[in-house]
Amino acid sequence: MADQALLSNDAVLVGAADPLPQDALTPAREAARERVETLGLPGRRDEYWRFTRPDAFLAPDAPAVPLPEGDGILFAEVDRLKLVFVDGRFDASASDALELDGVEIAPLSEAPWAASLYGSLEGRAHIPVPRPFAALNTAAAVEGLAIHVTGKVSRPIHILHRSSDGTADALWHHVIRVEPGAEATILETGIAGARQNAVIEADIAEGGRLHMIAAKRAGVPELSLGHLFARVAEGGTLKSFELALDGRVMRRETVVEMAGDDAVVHVAGASYGRDKGFHHDDTIFISHAGLRGESRQVFKKVLQGGATGVFQGKILVKPGAQKTDGYQISQALLLDDGSQFLAKPELEIHADDVKCSHGSTTGALDETALFYLRSRGVPRPRAVVLMVLSFLAAALEEIEDEALRTQVADRLDEALTEGLNDGGAA
Amino acid sequence: MLKVENLHVKLEDEDKEILKGLTLEVPAGEVHAIMGPNGSGKSTLSYVLAGRDGYEVTQGSATLDGRDILEMDPEVRAAEGLFLAFQYPVEIPGVGNMTFLRTALNAQLKARGQAELSSGDFLKLVREKAKALAIDADMLRRGVNVGFSGGEKKRNEILQMAVLEPRMCILDETDSGLDVDAMRLVADGVNALRSPDRAFLVITHYQRLLDHIVPDVVHILSNGRIVRSGGPELALEVEESGYGEMVEGS
Repeated sequence: MADQALLSNDAVLVGAADPLPQDALTPAREAARERVETLGLPGRRDEYWRFTRPDAFLAPDAPAVPLPEGDGILFAEVDRLKLVFVDGRFDASASDALELDGVEIAPLSEAPWAASLYGSLEGRAHIPVPRPFAALNTAAAVEGLAIHVTGKVSRPIHILHRSSDGTADALWHHVIRVEPGAEATILETGIAGARQNAVIEADIAEGGRLHMIAAKRAGVPELSLGHLFARVAEGGTLKSFELALDGRVMRRETVVEMAGDDAVVHVAGASYGRDKGFHHDDTIFISHAGLRGESRQVFKKVLQGGATGVFQGKILVKPGAQKTDGYQISQALLLDDGSQFLAKPELEIHADDVKCSHGSTTGALDETALFYLRSRGVPRPRAVVLMVLSFLAAALEEIEDEALRTQVADRLDEALTEGLNDGGAA
Repeated sequence: MLKVENLHVKLEDEDKEILKGLTLEVPAGEVHAIMGPNGSGKSTLSYVLAGRDGYEVTQGSATLDGRDILEMDPEVRAAEGLFLAFQYPVEIPGVGNMTFLRTALNAQLKARGQAELSSGDFLKLVREKAKALAIDADMLRRGVNVGFSGGEKKRNEILQMAVLEPRMCILDETDSGLDVDAMRLVADGVNALRSPDRAFLVITHYQRLLDHIVPDVVHILSNGRIVRSGGPELALEVEESGYGEMVEGS
């Protein structure tokens, strides 16, 4: 573990307000602060940080980055509720009015109910491995949304990040409660500052459904830590997908408790890195506690130019979680010799009547398929893009809404066409 | 149309020569069949003509209407009008059949300096061609060859051929894995494309495909060379007495 003295260094509480407000979340912040003291900060020798160095997140200051241009085009045409964050801070004036049928949305500080969820799922997620950056977030976050889904929400909620300061540390923490039978889709795009530490806690009640689609094209050397902590009750569904294009060191930790029977959890991601600085880490922990739970992890990474992809995924089947159907696949497509994929798939099963499968592969482009496309007249650069899209397709399939899936696919197509054609690998 | 002269080919990373001085000419409007035992070099010939990596031409030439194709990329050969129907069509999940076919057709049109097809016109064209091959809308919606039976894959090859309208069509063991009904559909598809401006090179193990696609000339390929050529009756001879005698005579 790193030096405990770092805890008193302001730099570690990146993005924290000074002083922190005294409000309904204060007890949860203080409890989280104590967790951080107990857990300590990650060091390079921690097994859990073996593939991704925590240094970038422990440094007092983030390296300055250029500001991204514009909001990007993704989801711009979708009929959605737009909520804007600038450097991780909610900007009400740039956002749509917080009014949408089937959901109550408020800044974290203005939703009294948030205190009952804030820090609770994060606080339970440090076994078997500590996740101190998430506890740090809980200890210091002021910004974020409290999203209370009470019915079927007709339009997606789009959280759009913008940057105004290329040296900013952005820190936010959303809490989401989905009531029984309610359903919502949350989209998240854009870049916040130079370094991010984000936490989302989602509590999905009986039969509730939550879809989360995050997509970003960093375009700047972004450092980001993202955490999703979710609990899914009986018959509930969580589907999450993340697209990551470019960027620097990015780690996404997803911890899901399938607490009730017949829960469904699909987490998926597609990423494309095209240079040596790109390092994308998906760290997943899904625990089955109920009967007949179905979980899927589908992660695909396309790496070129010395990029690194990491996958640490675990399925835990607790005693009594019979008829569990667990699936995990992580695959990398290496477009050249210099790139690498580091994978650590794990299964831990304490019930005897379950179906669990996992696989991890690393491969190159299929030359036969490439030849097939070219023999029909498709020029090589386009054929390579089609092959890469084919490789990523299974991850995109996890986006349930076809219109949204098509938009993500189109965006990906553009990025690949641009990246592969000037990247040299094709 | 297609002229192959004294073609010598070996695998790039092995010294073993596979084609050893193959000479062949297929004039426009004709259908030529190539028959031969396993390992005689049939598939190598089709791959080398279509431009697959991994082969090295050490001697000889191959031209399409007088233009050397061996130096061209596969996509350039396609735009020049060469088409290879694969023995094992490749599955490409996540890339729709229609997307693939439209990308291919428009890329070829563009390469030839012709106007690309609108999606409406393209759809109309494909539907019409697909109907004749009993390829339904569901198959067209799926990923390229994904979940297709062996027969469906071969029909899909012929559909691509019908849409792309190549001048020189090479069919590599298109009959393998086909039942009688599927073979008839495939053969009808090919016969419908026969025209004075188009030539076919049909590579097959067995004579039965040639009952449906009647060739003008049959060539016997053995040990990397054409050892005999003749009319359709040559295929019957193979069917009756096998390759043994002909090969020995070479």
